[in-house]
Amino acid sequence: MQPGLYHILFISCALFFIGVYGFFTRKNLITMLMSIELILNSVNLNFIAFNKYLWPQQMDGLFFTLFIIAIAAAEAAVAIAIIINLYRSHKSIDVESAEDLKY
Amino acid sequence: MTGSTIIFYFLAAITLVFGLLSVTTRQIFRAAIYLLFSLIGIAGIYFWLQYEFVAAVQIVVYVGGIVVLILFSIFLTQQAGEKLARQKLGRKVFSALAAFCGFALVMVQLAQHEFFQTSDAAVAPTVYNIGQKMLSVNDKGYALPFEIISILLLAALVGCIVIAMKTKPEEQ
Repeated sequence: MQPGLYHILFISCALFFIGVYGFFTRKNLITMLMSIELILNSVNLNFIAFNKYLWPQQMDGLFFTLFIIAIAAAEAAVAIAIIINLYRSHKSIDVESAEDLKY
Repeated sequence: MTGSTIIFYFLAAITLVFGLLSVTTRQIFRAAIYLLFSLIGIAGIYFWLQYEFVAAVQIVVYVGGIVVLILFSIFLTQQAGEKLARQKLGRKVFSALAAFCGFALVMVQLAQHEFFQTSDAAVAPTVYNIGQKMLSVNDKGYALPFEIISILLLAALVGCIVIAMKTKPEEQ
């Protein structure tokens, strides 16, 4: 069977929920960031698949993907700066150690 | 079963298996490497879809940039050979259940939905076409988002430096 739109949507959906599972179970901030990267990638794959199969006369999905990649890069850089700052003040990057504002 | 189909399933398997390993392994360094392979699999799918420019951007930005950044931050914040703490079984089970329910819900919706394809002529996603569209100020051009993204990247750059800057101890 020739792979088409539905196959790619299946992959992107599975990848999205793999990312969601990782985001729920992980407690280390860096691994949570990795889960977010997986989620963003699944969204990109979705945009490209829709652009290729349903909207080939324009390139809107492609541009959305490019902009999402740029925003993901900025987000990862800021998140890692925050993580390193947190490690400097708490000596740990576990989410449970960062609860100063909780009580 | 043509060669193209086999390649597609191979890339899909790489992406999903390494993605799953990346969120389940207890060694954080391995998780980063598995994430790397998963992202390469996605870049392969872009190549398979003949969106070469996006595939190149994916490899340059994700594999060359973000994963390397994550690896450096792992080196800076983790002790060598230390494994992540084991999660409670209940938490794992309920997370897997929630993720699976969401997946099943989307898949059921997808199976019932029928997409309509247009019959208009396709625009080839070549670098020339992308560049023309990206910097076009006419209708349906992307010059304004392009500029906004450049401002965002500049702001993120300055913000990272400010956040990660060491504060000097007050001189007495």
